[in-house]
Amino acid sequence: MIYHYPVLQVIIPLLGAPLCLFIRVPRLVGFFAVLVSSLSFLISCGLRQQVHLYGTIVYELGGWAAPWGIEYRIDQLNSYLLLLVSGISTIVLIAAQTSIKKELPENRHIFFYTSYLLCLTGLLGILATGDAFNVFVFLEISALSSYTMIALGTDRRALTASYQYLVMGTIGATFIIIGVGLMYMMTGTLNMYDLAQRLPEVYKSKTVLCAFGFFIVGVCLKLALFPLHLWLPNAYAFAPSIATAFLAATSTKVAVYLLIRYIFSVFGIDFVTTSLPLHDIFLVLGLIGIFATSISAIYQRNIKRIFAYSSVAQIGYMILGLAIGTELGLTATLLHLFNHALMKGTLFLAIGAVVYRIGSSQLNHFAGLGKKMPLTMAAIVAGGLSLIGVPLTVGFVSKWYLIVALLDKGWWPVAVLVLISSLLAVIYVWRVIEWIYFSQPRIILDDVREAPMSQLIPIWLLVLANLYFGVDTRLTVGVSKLAAQSLFGVTP
Amino acid sequence: MNIIGLYNYWIVVLLMMIGFYIVIAHENLIKKLVGLSIFQTSVFFFYISMGKISGATAPILDEKWQLYSNPLPHVLILTAIVVGIATTALGLSLVVRIQEAYGSIEESEIQVQDTHDELENHLEAYGPGPNFAILNQDLNK
Repeated sequence: MIYHYPVLQVIIPLLGAPLCLFIRVPRLVGFFAVLVSSLSFLISCGLRQQVHLYGTIVYELGGWAAPWGIEYRIDQLNSYLLLLVSGISTIVLIAAQTSIKKELPENRHIFFYTSYLLCLTGLLGILATGDAFNVFVFLEISALSSYTMIALGTDRRALTASYQYLVMGTIGATFIIIGVGLMYMMTGTLNMYDLAQRLPEVYKSKTVLCAFGFFIVGVCLKLALFPLHLWLPNAYAFAPSIATAFLAATSTKVAVYLLIRYIFSVFGIDFVTTSLPLHDIFLVLGLIGIFATSISAIYQRNIKRIFAYSSVAQIGYMILGLAIGTELGLTATLLHLFNHALMKGTLFLAIGAVVYRIGSSQLNHFAGLGKKMPLTMAAIVAGGLSLIGVPLTVGFVSKWYLIVALLDKGWWPVAVLVLISSLLAVIYVWRVIEWIYFSQPRIILDDVREAPMSQLIPIWLLVLANLYFGVDTRLTVGVSKLAAQSLFGVTP
Repeated sequence: MNIIGLYNYWIVVLLMMIGFYIVIAHENLIKKLVGLSIFQTSVFFFYISMGKISGATAPILDEKWQLYSNPLPHVLILTAIVVGIATTALGLSLVVRIQEAYGSIEESEIQVQDTHDELENHLEAYGPGPNFAILNQDLNK
């Protein structure tokens, strides 16, 4: 049984999704989805434990040996992210029970949970697999189901947002298979580990360079790196709140993982640094992205859009960590990956709770909610502080590591810019806080009450995680360091 | 290895560019999807050409033949075709819903209506203020 953990993790939600359609009772489907997702979570806990004890796990699908069959390879890096994705998914699903009931018409609940589980399958699959083409398949599973989830939003703009995402996402995915195809042409293998062995022989060829270029652009579309982020704000703003919380916390992170995996474990950092000025590109785009999108966030009037733009800015920090190109930089990126998922999960779930009560995410409808929904609003404040990077929150830990890495590299002007950009975060978070606590209500709030327990518990679980991992950094920093070391170790 | 010998790849590049251009340049949502399909199809061609070895036959064991084409890219592309169909189907169903919701599938007309929605949200939430005039101006353009 334990032997099959790597694949069970992906298979369980994959089988759970169509079963949702058979259950047919909207209320039960919700519980079923939580059950499926928590099973995945338990398995990923088991996997993490095993990787911690015995090192990398290699699982051959159907017993076919590696270069011919598909292989799942669980190591420090992806066991950590599997834990994150399945954990966040379970927490979000608990809150989904009430939120979805309110936001979507009853005949759509089943479809929502089905596509949610499919999306989870896709994300876990991308993380677990060690096969380049399999990545594409899972990428499309997760992408197609997220288009569906976004289109389920009640505003009609959800449809156009989903369409836009579909076009951009498909272009990105197609670029990725072009890249994979070119690599296959040169090496005759699709297994990532095998690719890493065989690619060095053909590093000089233009084909590999071309493959790399296509791949990077494709993944950057998926992870919403600055000039390629245009699909993201609308998609996050108009999707059902639960879908936003899930996607914001996990899907772009998984794309960042993919980027890291290919740069380090497939192409090898030597090739990456010598063939293209990738570090410079990432540095410039990361920095411009952080500033441009943080400034856009300040001017938004919809709170979901504020934090959607801020998500793109946070991706900028992760890319900046990669641009440094040292082990410390990579540690900072991995830390921020984990921590950002916690922050955005908290924020979007709390916003979801507000939408549940007042049916709007317009910023000034939040006026006066500080008194009506104190616990939810406190969660938004905690998430916001974490986003800024105030000490005792997770945001501080990852910013700290990022700045240490920048100083270590000697890039102090960039470190100064990172600090200045945090001030921009202060501005947009303060705008939210000002509306919540210091403004007169604009709408009638008489019968608005605190969010229901089923939403408060998940929200506060995430808030506590934000604070806990901000103080006790043994798990996050430890695993990030180990993962960064092993990534740098693979390619001498 | 000459230009004629690589004509499969020339077709791939040509189709890819045509598809990509349609996605970027056209306003009609259906045409965009057509472009996207062409773009994806070029990749199918690419994979299929890659598996072909000149002078080789289909990978079915036969005494008369020594060389066989590589079947793996063809199998891979079956998966990619399925994905492509799913994407196109989802895209088209979204266009149907967009047509129902907006009464148009031209991007510019949809954009005007979106700005209008934005304006209404704004009016409802903030009342007519200085920003309102600016938004209204945008709408009338």
